[in-house]
Amino acid sequence: MGQIEWAMWANEQALASGLILITGGIVATAGRFTQWYFGAYSIVAGVFVCLLEYPRGRRRKGATMERCGQKCMTTVVKLFGPLTRNYYIRAVLHLLLSVPAGFLLATILGTVCLAIASVIYLLAAIRGEQWMPIEPRPTERPQVGGTIKQPPSNPPPRPPAEARKKPSEEEAAAAATGVGGGAQVNPIPVTDEVV
Amino acid sequence: MGNWVVNHWLAVLCLVAWLGLNVFLFVHAFLKYEKDDKYYYTREILGVTLAVARASAFCLNFNSMLILIPVCRNLLSFLRGSFCSRTLRKSLDHNLTFHKLVAYMICIFTAIHIIAHLFNFERYSRSHHVTTITLASVLSSLHHDKEGGFWLNPIQSPDMTVLYVTFTTIAGLSGVIITIALILMVTSSMEFIRRHYFELFWYTHHLFIIYMVCLWIHGLGGIVRGQTEKSMNESHPHKCAQSFEKWDDHDPDCKEPQFEGHPPESWKWTLAPVALYIFERFLRFYRSQQKVVITKVVMHPSKVLELQMKKHGFSMEVGQYIFVKCPSISFLEWHPFTLTSAPEEDFFSIHIRAAGDWTENLIRVFEQQNSLIPRIEVDGPFGTASEDVFQYEVAVLVGAGIGVTPFASILKSIWFKLQHSDHKLKTQKAGHAALNFDKATDILTGLKQKTFFGRPMWDNEFSTIATTHPKSVVGVFLCGPLTLAKSLRKCCHRYSSLDPRKVQFYFNQENF
Repeated sequence: MGQIEWAMWANEQALASGLILITGGIVATAGRFTQWYFGAYSIVAGVFVCLLEYPRGRRRKGATMERCGQKCMTTVVKLFGPLTRNYYIRAVLHLLLSVPAGFLLATILGTVCLAIASVIYLLAAIRGEQWMPIEPRPTERPQVGGTIKQPPSNPPPRPPAEARKKPSEEEAAAAATGVGGGAQVNPIPVTDEVV
Repeated sequence: MGNWVVNHWLAVLCLVAWLGLNVFLFVHAFLKYEKDDKYYYTREILGVTLAVARASAFCLNFNSMLILIPVCRNLLSFLRGSFCSRTLRKSLDHNLTFHKLVAYMICIFTAIHIIAHLFNFERYSRSHHVTTITLASVLSSLHHDKEGGFWLNPIQSPDMTVLYVTFTTIAGLSGVIITIALILMVTSSMEFIRRHYFELFWYTHHLFIIYMVCLWIHGLGGIVRGQTEKSMNESHPHKCAQSFEKWDDHDPDCKEPQFEGHPPESWKWTLAPVALYIFERFLRFYRSQQKVVITKVVMHPSKVLELQMKKHGFSMEVGQYIFVKCPSISFLEWHPFTLTSAPEEDFFSIHIRAAGDWTENLIRVFEQQNSLIPRIEVDGPFGTASEDVFQYEVAVLVGAGIGVTPFASILKSIWFKLQHSDHKLKTQKAGHAALNFDKATDILTGLKQKTFFGRPMWDNEFSTIATTHPKSVVGVFLCGPLTLAKSLRKCCHRYSSLDPRKVQFYFNQENF
């Protein structure tokens, strides 16, 4: 579990909590439940949480799949600098936002879920994670044939592995560990048919 | 399109049957609670949301029953062995898709159920606070001061809040816990989390145990109440509802109605699948205890580890996969890998690429070249054999990165079949485009192939194949990313001749 970025899960959890807050808030407000004004608050808080959490942060290693249409929200969230980058602030913010919704049954589920997201963000912050925006990469359009850099250096038919004395093969053999190593030996001779 | 229907008719049929059953169960339960006289007085307070809540609960029971069955992979394998039809067998490969669909349905019905009950609680609460005497307010105040539990309204007094009732009743508390468990399971099984942080998904998903337990106890306490039979015989609502003001006048015709809850029934739906799943986990454990001998370990460039193994009684077919566990790395995790050896070989092998915690640890452990090779446990093989490839005269197999692994097995098998002059093999020619990241050596097979470096020009490839095999049926198989699937599918359409006697390309995307 060493490579888990808790913030990624916290992000999914917070987004779900935002949606739950909105739903609970709508039910309470539309049904004019007792103390329905907590429901109205819940809708506003839910929308805010959804907008904040919609742009997914960048993973530490590897490419990150963006959410659909998150580019404009990414620019807005980026503007706030350390306020949005730091996960301690997010953890506290979510905890505070969740409290008022806890007074109404219709929205208490949103409270609990957002509080859980807050705890996961706290864990992420303790482990030193940060929100980093996904930068747009310049799209490469490789020209037709442009990706072919170098012709194959050892085209078939190839003699069996032992007969080959190329340095790249020796490197590969050195990298092989354990009981055996090397390339596959063909059970019957290979003939190359030009198609 | 026709090709797709022929291959998937069973899956479509199952889907339609499942949706139909959901609709039927919902409507059936809805009508029961909306029309039955037993709930006449309950409806007087709650309205239509009583029926909505109960109908969605019925469907939740049904779907909770179904959700564990598609993940019993050993039992499904056993079923697969007894199916003769290939289409039936292939439909079992979609088990995880079905599991996800049922999960989505559970989420939808959970939302409906919760919203309906929110209205129910609110109405129960409000019936205590009316200014005039109505049937609802009279019903709400019945029987709370007496023993016997004949009350209707679970909110015992006007001072009790809905929050208090929720957290002090079994139904309320278990409902909150079950929903939170469900939400945590759903957020941790989003595709993004599954792909990159698989262990988080796997461990969090075990919250289903809490889900099942809370589901069983959710109905204890009998909060949803209807009139008792005795009370209906004495004072039927059609006769007595209008004269509710006179109920405490000791009128022998119309006494105060008495109510009862009903026992929980969720356990009846889910007991069998839970037992089946427990048996499945025991089976996995038992199979994993069987000895696996590692006969050869090969470390390839690009951090790819090949393990060749033997296990007593293991038999495989092309394109299948196994689950592998390494207790010294992780005691609980099983990870799936496609088999790269052919069935004709006397060992089975997998190629593992470093793609996360577990795989990197495994590769590191084997790199250390200690004499102590870690114990490996194997469960499987699973999956339908990819015999489709052998049905085509010309097969084009496209694999990207580690996606070449299933084709390795197929190509080696074709090799052995040719060597033994297997006359059932239709395949005359197999071309393999392997998009490798390592430029120096081909990792897997060393068989006759065209070694390409860089991205192939698919248009060229397809037109070449079309000209050299003008009358053949060509099967194109892909194990790779969606963008590649789109371009290959387009090429298949473009280069298939309009004349059905001439060259036809059939695209198959297989997720091995």
